[in-house]
Amino acid sequence: MLEIKNLHARIAEDGTEIINGLNMTVKAGEVAAIMGPNGSGKSTLSYVLAGRDDYEVTEGDIFYNGESILEMDPAERASAGLFLAFQYPMEIPGVATMQFLKVALNEQRKARGEDELTTPDFIKKVREAAGTLGVEMEMLKRPLNVGFSGGEKKRAEILQMKLLEPKLCVLDETDSGLDIDALKIVADGVNALRSPDRAVIVITHYQRLLEYIVPDTVHVLSKGRIVKTGDKSLALELEAKGYADIIAEAA
Amino acid sequence: MAATMKKPADAPLTAAETALVAQFGHRSSHLPGNADAVMARDKAVQTIKAHRLPTRKVEAWHYTDLRRLLNQFPDWRSDVAAGPADPLAEDAHRFVLINGQLTERADIEGCQVEGVADALRADVGGVALDAPADADDAIGAINTAFVTDGVRLSIADGAEIARPIELQSIHDGGQVHTRNLVSIGAGAKASFIDRHMGSGEAVLASNVTELTVREGAEVRWIIVQEQGAAASHLGKLTLTLEKDARATIFIANYGGRLVRQEVHAAATGEGADLTFRAINMIGEKAHCDVTLELDHLVANTTSTETVRNVVTGKAQGVFQGQIRVAQAAQKTDAQMACNTLLLSDEGGFATKPELEIFADDVVCAHGATVAEIDEDHLFYLMARGISAKTARGLLIEAFVDEIVEELEEDALIEALEIRIADWLEAHG
Repeated sequence: MLEIKNLHARIAEDGTEIINGLNMTVKAGEVAAIMGPNGSGKSTLSYVLAGRDDYEVTEGDIFYNGESILEMDPAERASAGLFLAFQYPMEIPGVATMQFLKVALNEQRKARGEDELTTPDFIKKVREAAGTLGVEMEMLKRPLNVGFSGGEKKRAEILQMKLLEPKLCVLDETDSGLDIDALKIVADGVNALRSPDRAVIVITHYQRLLEYIVPDTVHVLSKGRIVKTGDKSLALELEAKGYADIIAEAA
Repeated sequence: MAATMKKPADAPLTAAETALVAQFGHRSSHLPGNADAVMARDKAVQTIKAHRLPTRKVEAWHYTDLRRLLNQFPDWRSDVAAGPADPLAEDAHRFVLINGQLTERADIEGCQVEGVADALRADVGGVALDAPADADDAIGAINTAFVTDGVRLSIADGAEIARPIELQSIHDGGQVHTRNLVSIGAGAKASFIDRHMGSGEAVLASNVTELTVREGAEVRWIIVQEQGAAASHLGKLTLTLEKDARATIFIANYGGRLVRQEVHAAATGEGADLTFRAINMIGEKAHCDVTLELDHLVANTTSTETVRNVVTGKAQGVFQGQIRVAQAAQKTDAQMACNTLLLSDEGGFATKPELEIFADDVVCAHGATVAEIDEDHLFYLMARGISAKTARGLLIEAFVDEIVEELEEDALIEALEIRIADWLEAHG
C-alpha cells in the first residue's frame, strides 16, 4: 500500500536535512509502528507523507498504491485515502467543528465522484461515531479544537478518522498528553478501524501505546532513516534497553 | 475635527469640483427647502469652492485623499427605472428611497414618520440644514448642498418596535444624497437596517444620519453598503447617547469603489454604552475608509470597537478610530481592535488608532493586526481533504463571521454571511 524509497527531505526554509534515505513498506491490513528518539524525524515523516509544504523532498519517492504522491497537495492525498492524526491538532477559531466535518466529508466525496451527504445522514453518522468515542455532540458545536483539552483534541482526531474512513492512517504521537483512560478510548477507536484493506502507521516515542494498538511490524527511526525493523517484540526490547543501545547495535 | 486645513493653494478646481459647483448652479432651484435651507446649501458649496475637497494634508483625510480619489461627479439622472428590493430581514418594516426620493414608507405603531423633503420645506417644526462649521466636514458639506430627501423618524418613549426597520436606499446611477433623522425615545427599543445598494452605474451617494438615543433607550443600527464597483459612497452617522442609552453600530461594507463611512459618536450621559463593529470586504481597486470619532464626555461610559477587514486585489482599506476621554469621564472603559486579513501583495490597509485621554481613572486599550492566511490552519484543513480554495474560504469566513455572529439573530446573521460568501466567490 505504501512504499517509501530512499526518501530525503529537508526543511524548506533553512535547508536542514531531516529525512536521510528512508526506506520502508507498509502492506494493506498492516499496523506498523515507527519508534524513535526525539529529533529522529518522526513528525517530519508524518508531515512529508501528508504533503506539508514546509518540507521539501530532495530525493527518493513515496508510492501509495503504486503511484507517486509527491506532486499531490494535502487535500488530494486526503481524498485519495491518506489521513494524518496530528500530534498537535490546530485550533481554528470561528470554524465550527460540525461545519468543518461536513465540508471535509463532502469535499472528499465530491473529489471521488460520490454524492454529497444530506444533513440528516451526516448528523446520524457523526452521532454514531461520536458515541463510540465518548465525544459529546455539544463539543462539536464549538469552534474546531478551540478550548478542547489535550484528550478531547486527540479524540476529535480519531473521530475525524472514523468519519473520513481513510485507507492509510498515520497517527503522530497520538498517545502524548493522554491519560490511561483516554488512551484506551483512542486505541479502541483505532483498533475498530483495523481491516484487511486498511493500513495504520503508529508513530510513537514510547512502547505504552503499542500495548493497546498491537503492531505487526516495528521500525526504529534514527537520524532520518530506518535502522532496524522487527515484530512487536522489538518494541519491548526498546523499552528494556533504551534507544541508544538498539541504535548502536544497528549501526 | 480641528480645522487643520491650510488655505488651498490657488490650485485650479478639479474636474469633479468644477462639476460639483456647476451642478449646484443647475440643481439648486429644484432642491427642497425654505429660505434658510437655500442659504445653508449655498454656504456649503462656497465652503467647498473656497477650500477645495480635502486632501491627505488634512489630518482627518490623511489616508483618503478625497480630492484625488473623487475623480468623477456624475450627472443627475431623471430616467430612473430601479424598484425596491426585498428587505434584508424578511419581516422588516420597509422604507424605500430611490435615487434620493422617498417612495415607500411604513406605518409603525409608536413611531412618527415624516419625509425629509417635506420637513425641509416647512417653516415651523421642520428640519434645519446647517452649513458645515468645519471645512474638514466634506461629507456634511456635499450632503447639505444636495440632499433631496430621507426619513425623519421618532420612536415614542417606551415603545418597543419588535420588527426591524429597513431604510433602503436604491441607487441607479447619477447623484443620490439622502439624510435620515432618527430619535429613539426614552426607554424605547428598535433595530434598523440602513441599506445602500445600487446597479453597476456610476453614482455619487452621500448620506447623513443623525441618531439620538434618549435615556435608557436601546438601538441597533446596521449599515449595509452593497453597491457596485462604480459607486462612490460618502456616509456620516452622528450618534448621541444619553444616560444609560445603549447602541450597537454595525457597518458592513461589501461594495463600492470609493467608500468613506464616518461615525461621530458622543456618550453624553452616564451609563451609556456603545458597541461598534465593522466588517469591510474590500477588493479589486476599491478604497474603503471607516472613520470613528468617539467622545466619552461623562463618567461611567463604556464602549468596544471591533473592526475586521478582508483585503484583496489592489484594494486599500482604512480604519481611523479616535477615542477621546474628557477629564470628567472617569471610569471610562473603551476597548478597540482592528484586524485585517490581507489576501494579496498589492492590497493594503492603514489603521490609525488614537486615544486622547484627559481623565486619570480609565481603562482604554487598542490593538491592530494585519496578517495573511495562517498556513498551519490551511494545512490542517487541507489534510482533511478540503481543497485549497474552499479551505481559504472557510478561514476567511471564520475571521469575519465571528463578528457577524455577535448579532445573535439568525435571519440577520444569515443575510450578512451570505453576502460575505458571495463576495468571496467573486473575489476569493
